[in-house]
Amino acid sequence: MVDTSTTDSLLREITGPTPGQMLRKRVFGHQGLLFGGIVLAILLFIAIFAPLLAPHDPYAQSLMTRMQPPVFLGGDWEHPLGTDHLGRDYLSRLIYGARVSLMIGAVAALISGVIGTAMGVAAGYFGGRVDMVVTFLINVRLAMPVVLVALAVVAILGGSLQVVIVVLGLLLWDRFAVVMRASTLQVRGREYVAAARAIGASTPRVILSEIMPNIANNLIVVVTLEMAHAILLEAALSFLGLGVQPPTPSWGLMVSEGKNMMLFEPWMVLIPGAVLFLLVLAINLMGDGLRDVTAPENRS
Amino acid sequence: MEKPLLSVRNLTIDIPVGGGTLHAVRGIDFDLNRGETLCIVGESGSGKSLTSLALMGLLGKNIDRSADRMEFDGTELTTASPRTMRALRGARMSMIFQEPMTSLNPAYTIGDQLIEALRLHKPVSREAARARAIELLEKVGITAAASRLSQYPHQLSGGLRQRVMIAMALMCEPELIIADEPTTALDVTIQAQILRLLHDLGQEMNMAMILITHDLGVVARVADKVAVMYAGELVETGSAVDVFNTPLHPYTRGLLRCIPLPGKTARGSTLGTIPGIVPSLVGDIEGCAFRTRCPHALPACQSAIPLQGRPDHAFRCIHEDGKRHDEEAMA
Amino acid sequence: MTVQTTTSAVLELRNVTKTYRVKQGLFGKAKPLTAVNDVSLSLPRGEVLGLVGESGCGKSTLAKILLGLEAPSMGQVMVDGQEITAQDRLSLARRIQPIFQDPYSSLNPRKSIFDIVSLPLRVHGIGDKAHWDTEVRRILDIVGLPARVMNTFPSQMSGGQRQRVAIARALIMKPEIVICDEPTSALDVSVQSQILNLLGDLRSEFGLTYLFISHDLAVVEHLATRVAVMYLGRIVEESDVAGLFDDARHPYTQALLKSVLTPEPGLGVPDTQLGMAYPNPIDPPSGCQFHPRCPMAGAHCKSVAPRSVPTSHGHVECHLHDPDSPMYDAKVA
Repeated sequence: MVDTSTTDSLLREITGPTPGQMLRKRVFGHQGLLFGGIVLAILLFIAIFAPLLAPHDPYAQSLMTRMQPPVFLGGDWEHPLGTDHLGRDYLSRLIYGARVSLMIGAVAALISGVIGTAMGVAAGYFGGRVDMVVTFLINVRLAMPVVLVALAVVAILGGSLQVVIVVLGLLLWDRFAVVMRASTLQVRGREYVAAARAIGASTPRVILSEIMPNIANNLIVVVTLEMAHAILLEAALSFLGLGVQPPTPSWGLMVSEGKNMMLFEPWMVLIPGAVLFLLVLAINLMGDGLRDVTAPENRS
Repeated sequence: MEKPLLSVRNLTIDIPVGGGTLHAVRGIDFDLNRGETLCIVGESGSGKSLTSLALMGLLGKNIDRSADRMEFDGTELTTASPRTMRALRGARMSMIFQEPMTSLNPAYTIGDQLIEALRLHKPVSREAARARAIELLEKVGITAAASRLSQYPHQLSGGLRQRVMIAMALMCEPELIIADEPTTALDVTIQAQILRLLHDLGQEMNMAMILITHDLGVVARVADKVAVMYAGELVETGSAVDVFNTPLHPYTRGLLRCIPLPGKTARGSTLGTIPGIVPSLVGDIEGCAFRTRCPHALPACQSAIPLQGRPDHAFRCIHEDGKRHDEEAMA
Repeated sequence: MTVQTTTSAVLELRNVTKTYRVKQGLFGKAKPLTAVNDVSLSLPRGEVLGLVGESGCGKSTLAKILLGLEAPSMGQVMVDGQEITAQDRLSLARRIQPIFQDPYSSLNPRKSIFDIVSLPLRVHGIGDKAHWDTEVRRILDIVGLPARVMNTFPSQMSGGQRQRVAIARALIMKPEIVICDEPTSALDVSVQSQILNLLGDLRSEFGLTYLFISHDLAVVEHLATRVAVMYLGRIVEESDVAGLFDDARHPYTQALLKSVLTPEPGLGVPDTQLGMAYPNPIDPPSGCQFHPRCPMAGAHCKSVAPRSVPTSHGHVECHLHDPDSPMYDAKVA
């Protein structure tokens, strides 16, 4: 039925790399993405295995060994990064603090991601009234100052890890909604969506299997940005005393506790500040990298 | 004989890509006289659009262009300074693109853009430029031209936008117009009107025109000269009558067999096809690029292919007549 | 299986109308836009109905209605004598499948060719993985693709191959009717003919019925057995293919035929005499909607809409061909 000469030449012509191979090649060719990814992986490893890695109990106070300097400032190897004003091992608190930061970043981004994506995809796919409502909600949310609202809520409910996570999760969905709405609008006009509907696929199926895979790359980029956002907000709240409560080790809290001694012992602020900077930088580099790496497919 | 308005020799365009160099255009030659229409016809990836951009000096920075000669009315374009090119573009050579929406600036009115196109190159008053804009819009068949000047591109239909693009290209009375698929995005009825318009205006103003297209029907109807492009080379050049009535290159004949001809091709019959695909142009290419798809390919096709025929109907094939007579005898 | 009355028409449209409400400007009042206007068509089994017209004439809306993607505002669409609104989504999908214009947009770039082609089977819950595998292999072979493309992705394929994949997806459920919406206009000339040949072969092999939407009249003439010409949502002329191409009645059809540019040198570019651009469908002209562009229009055409009159090979909506119209005698010109 089909002349074989055509088929033969068709056999020869499929030689290009798969999308997966192309993605792999671009990922390993992107320095920012690699750097961010490696730093993040290390911090994640540290957070997960904190009990094994920390040399001391982060809560153990020792008033005899308060305010010991880190080794590079003349301290000893018993406390490589020194001790705080209650004699707690700074390195151990830093290691456990990674758990708090990453947990807040991940869970807050997850909560806001679910809310924002659901709203954005619904608005983009169904349009009409749904879109009007979602757009209105986005505008309302954008009109609220995040830090002030978070401060007010935490002040009323009292600060704790759970409260901070939930508050941030419920506040940071705006960017998800905006980006997902725009991406969905773009994808839903594609003919493969019409083809799936003409096949008889149900609406959930069309959204999950035709739309979502094609907007997932944008979603990942927003996830990284909002993770960094949430981590910084937690640090700010904790610094103001309204976030994670002592004695839980949190980098923002460590900066806050160290600020009283800043003039005499600047390392107490600089060390947690530096790791916070490193973590946020790594996440942002990774987000930027993911955008670069996934964008070429979007364009073609 | 009159000196040609545009003379191109050995135009080559190389694009650096991941795995080497993409030889997009591989040494093409052509001449174009005033008042003449040259159609460059080819399929996607043949290099025809790059050729037009190269002439206008609009290729991207990472793309290598070289030519032994690219002379426009005494000016050598290969060595021309960016300033000389800017002075030529829009004033003496203009370009019309396929998608008028992306080539008109959505933030300015039609009038502003038309007037600006003229005043950029010629010291005329706004009023004079406006009068010229209205005159040209009427000439391209736009009714109520004066009121259109205050409209924005998005307020016009595709056909109207393309006419505005043509009017804009004509503002400075260029000597050469390069049109890249000017009617591909338009309906057939509008296509015919735009092509007629371009043709008539070309005659009236004695303009030379290069029309880039994949549509053989368009080529046959408007071209004086035809250049068939395949894999970065001109495989056949000649007058429209010669190329369409006695196509010499096997590729040209293959293309013509692919199109149903109303009244000639039997309804529902199997159309001709060209098996296979265009070869990759990355890396060194030797011999005839069409040989992998050609029914007459011989081992000798792997070596350099001579240009054959007369200057006014040349083709690139090792077979003396491109095997035209054999194919006719078979049919 | 349902017992069929022997209606020869596998697809029938009765007075189908689709009206949208279009808002003009931010605070503008919504105005009705009649995309499809009182269309009646009947498509006998095994035939190819070519649907031609300019962009915005409503041919794509009509295709969406037939695919069940849009509901008609008025009128009925009957498939095998059953109204489609009475059929559920899945059974309609088994009968009618689309092939779209742009093979770069019609295949999900994130899915492998196997996933794309087997999607109909999975959606309809037919068979298991082994069955999908054999079915996909079978249909890929039929459309001229080697089985090993199953694990590749659309981005690795050429335009022609993608269109073959789209055809395979449309045919894997063995539909009766295929809606081809400009299936070759995004393809290169040499690939276009391969796809047209394939569509022709598949039709005769599987007894398919096509609705073939195209702006390329040469292609329509080649493939279609009947042709309907659409203008501003109305079918202004409908005829068998020979009748339409040899003896077109409507001035619009004549202009369309004239505007076909065949690769014959020396003929020049035809003057279609259509003059003005396509009218705005929100604000359609009075009387015969074609009158502002019609070279033969008279005063009667501006005020009175023409009725459908039978011709020797179909029917036409034009005063020039209506014996009861005062314009009847004007067509001598």
